[in-house]
Amino acid sequence: MKKPLLHFNAKGIYCQQADVYLDPWKPVKKAIITHGHADHSRWGHQQYITHHTNVPIIKHRLGDIQVAGVNWGETFLVNGVKFSLHPAGHIIGSSQVRVEYKGEVWVFTGDYKLEDDGLATPYEPVKCHSFITECTFGLPAFKWQPQKEVFREINQWWQENKEEGNTSVLFAYSLGKAQRLLKNIDATIGEIYTHAAIENMNEVVRDIASLPQTKRITKDTKKEEIKGNLVLAPPSAHGSPWIRKMVPYVTASASGWMTFRGARRRRAIDKGFVLSDHCDWSSLLSAIKATGAEKIICTHGYTDIFSQFLNEQGYDARTEQTQFEEETAEELKLSSSKLERQ
Amino acid sequence: MKAFAQLIKTLDSTNKTTVKVKALASYFKEAKDKDKVWTIAILSHRRPPRPVNTKLMRQWAAELAQIPLWLFEESYHIVGDLAETIALVIPAAQEKSEKGLHQFLTEMIALKKQSEQEKEAYLKENWLSLDYYERFVFTKLFTGSFRIGVSQKLMTRALAKATDIDEDILAYKLMGNWDPSTTSFKRLILEENKSDFLSKPYPFYLAYAIENEPQELGDIANWAAEHKWDGIRAQIIVRESELFVWSRGEELVTDKFPEFEEFTSVIPDGTVIDGEILAYNNHKIASFKNLQTRIGRKTLSKKLLEKTPVILKAYDLLEWEGKDIREQSYQKRRDLLEQLINQTDYTNIPLQLSSNMRFESWQAAAKERERSRTVKSEGLMLKRWDSPYLVGRKKGDWWKWKVDPFTIDAVLTYAMRGHGRRSNLFTDYTFGLWDKEKKELVTFAKAYSGLTDAEFRKVDAWIKKNTLERFGPVRSVKPFHVFEIAFEGIAQSNRHKSGVATRFPRILRWRQDKKIEEANTLEDLKNLII
Repeated sequence: MKKPLLHFNAKGIYCQQADVYLDPWKPVKKAIITHGHADHSRWGHQQYITHHTNVPIIKHRLGDIQVAGVNWGETFLVNGVKFSLHPAGHIIGSSQVRVEYKGEVWVFTGDYKLEDDGLATPYEPVKCHSFITECTFGLPAFKWQPQKEVFREINQWWQENKEEGNTSVLFAYSLGKAQRLLKNIDATIGEIYTHAAIENMNEVVRDIASLPQTKRITKDTKKEEIKGNLVLAPPSAHGSPWIRKMVPYVTASASGWMTFRGARRRRAIDKGFVLSDHCDWSSLLSAIKATGAEKIICTHGYTDIFSQFLNEQGYDARTEQTQFEEETAEELKLSSSKLERQ
Repeated sequence: MKAFAQLIKTLDSTNKTTVKVKALASYFKEAKDKDKVWTIAILSHRRPPRPVNTKLMRQWAAELAQIPLWLFEESYHIVGDLAETIALVIPAAQEKSEKGLHQFLTEMIALKKQSEQEKEAYLKENWLSLDYYERFVFTKLFTGSFRIGVSQKLMTRALAKATDIDEDILAYKLMGNWDPSTTSFKRLILEENKSDFLSKPYPFYLAYAIENEPQELGDIANWAAEHKWDGIRAQIIVRESELFVWSRGEELVTDKFPEFEEFTSVIPDGTVIDGEILAYNNHKIASFKNLQTRIGRKTLSKKLLEKTPVILKAYDLLEWEGKDIREQSYQKRRDLLEQLINQTDYTNIPLQLSSNMRFESWQAAAKERERSRTVKSEGLMLKRWDSPYLVGRKKGDWWKWKVDPFTIDAVLTYAMRGHGRRSNLFTDYTFGLWDKEKKELVTFAKAYSGLTDAEFRKVDAWIKKNTLERFGPVRSVKPFHVFEIAFEGIAQSNRHKSGVATRFPRILRWRQDKKIEEANTLEDLKNLII
């Protein structure tokens, strides 16, 4: 039997006809990269192709690599296979990859969400025959509120902490979530301070989009000036000595995982905001419907459950193992920092 | 409901005791009296009986969420809490309910007698008229225990803060049998009402396990030692010729022990004894298992009573001649207790004194402790001769000095996701021991505790990668990891495949240094049975 247009092998999602990999996890010759998170853009490929707004981001992360930037919808041919990138709405510079050969169309989503977050170019549905989708939050228990609602809560939380003389420490991934928070939070409440890991990324993103003013926390930052303000920090800062400078403080985390009460309590975080850069249950279903695809391949997340449900709905769905694990990896990072404290 | 849901949300979103007490105290100042009584009842585990079984609730919730039942069940395994799952999958509220906690509870009690259709209509209507967090709290009232990190002690402290009534007095008022649907906040908390106190037990004084070497407690002359019996800690109350038996879980269990009725003929009115109920056969303490069959049964047949006789071993005297004597020294209370028991002929009455011992040295005490298992005790209790009888678990005057647990090295064979703060993590494990030929692993115990959070996360990640088979929420895993399992007691059992039942098994250590071939056999385990 002939190999399908895209298949999964030990190195990643492979298009044999073009000898191109999508988000490979092992070094390859030619890699199309959906976005800048570490599990999707890895070291060691000879050539990277990605959306041009993602170029400075992966260069910042991976250093001097050979990378070509393309525009949304711009097609490029490799050995007769037509590739193009389309907005995925996950984080700034994130794309879906459309692959067409002899009239057959496949789309790989990378990571994606449907809501316009004000920073990433909003998701656009792309018609296809086969759809490779992530399903990180592929359970009916996940249901996002409009981000306006969530930011109302976050603003209120910061305001209240400020009134009680506490510093608000908000944990978020350095790339993506941190900038989304910055872009949408009410910056008139107070000053916004940032951990170096986040500020380094902010500097890269500021060349692409505008963000409110922030102050980098350095050795010289005085404890007194931070008090009552907002501090953005990566999850790994939780429980580290770095955070002692923020005393008295309250902590919060903004993530889809905050849906579960247990997840928040396990991390000993005071407050959880349910804010995700992935699709919730109903977005996944409506995104799949909008593609018109009949064949669905589910990658990272609750894949088995999700594909069983899709099969019951009349789709031809199955699961493929990948090494995308950003959310869980971030969870581990968070827990290892807790370890240090213990 | 809004105020109560907000309270639960606040309690649930902090790890700081001071914040919890503050939130509770301000709730107790501001809420309606009827809602307060129910809040106290719920936080002291006095919920009305469940009006609907959870199977039906799952089914109805899945219907409202328009998802197949299997998908609801899968979600539940991952979320780890039924009420939370239901609250999450059901669509957002369309209209707002303004009903108070009291009204919901009254409806819930009435619902028990209604038809299945009425129950379904009631739940579906209310699920759709509450917002997410209210829906969670409402459902939590219907499904099992309401554990949200607030102990009764913490609640009592907040109530004391809100009412300016002494905490220990409040603890006493909240003991025993009171019905939240008939009492009022005024009667329960604010007023003193003598007839209410007839059946009321005192809060139990509980000890912590000793932390250091007992020598560090100082001169042994200041300490009494007695064996720690393995039964049901209980209070025996005789007032106005009536007998009341309370278990430590604050449950009135008088009717489970009809043989104690005889106490009223020899124990004077106004007496409260703290002791241990023990299974007792042929003048010997019998297995705890016998006691379990007694508590488990709804009605006690004559045959069962004959087969599994019980006695009370008396430890302490809390009330004498109608007076609360808890403030007096242990020495004084013991003297009165011994007087009481020695002055009567108890040959036909199931009451014995738990003898206490004076030792010349800590070495002598340690020697007695080592003997514990042969006299069917769990170790020694150390009590200061001059100590009063305190309320709740306190450090300092009383200490548990238990014998070291049994231990055995076993292999992890099955895992299940945990609940609450362990939701979505595989933390509930089943362990196996080798059969004679070391060919097959035979399941012998389950354990849920003993590893650190970090270790649980590591094992969880390993399990997710090394699953052999899935059976609903349970996964069988590759036999690979050895754990040292500790347990308190061991007995033969027909109910277990292994033929052995262990008491309170828990994980002592993750033996990463051991290979599965080095784990123990079932024979090794059986050899521990005395």
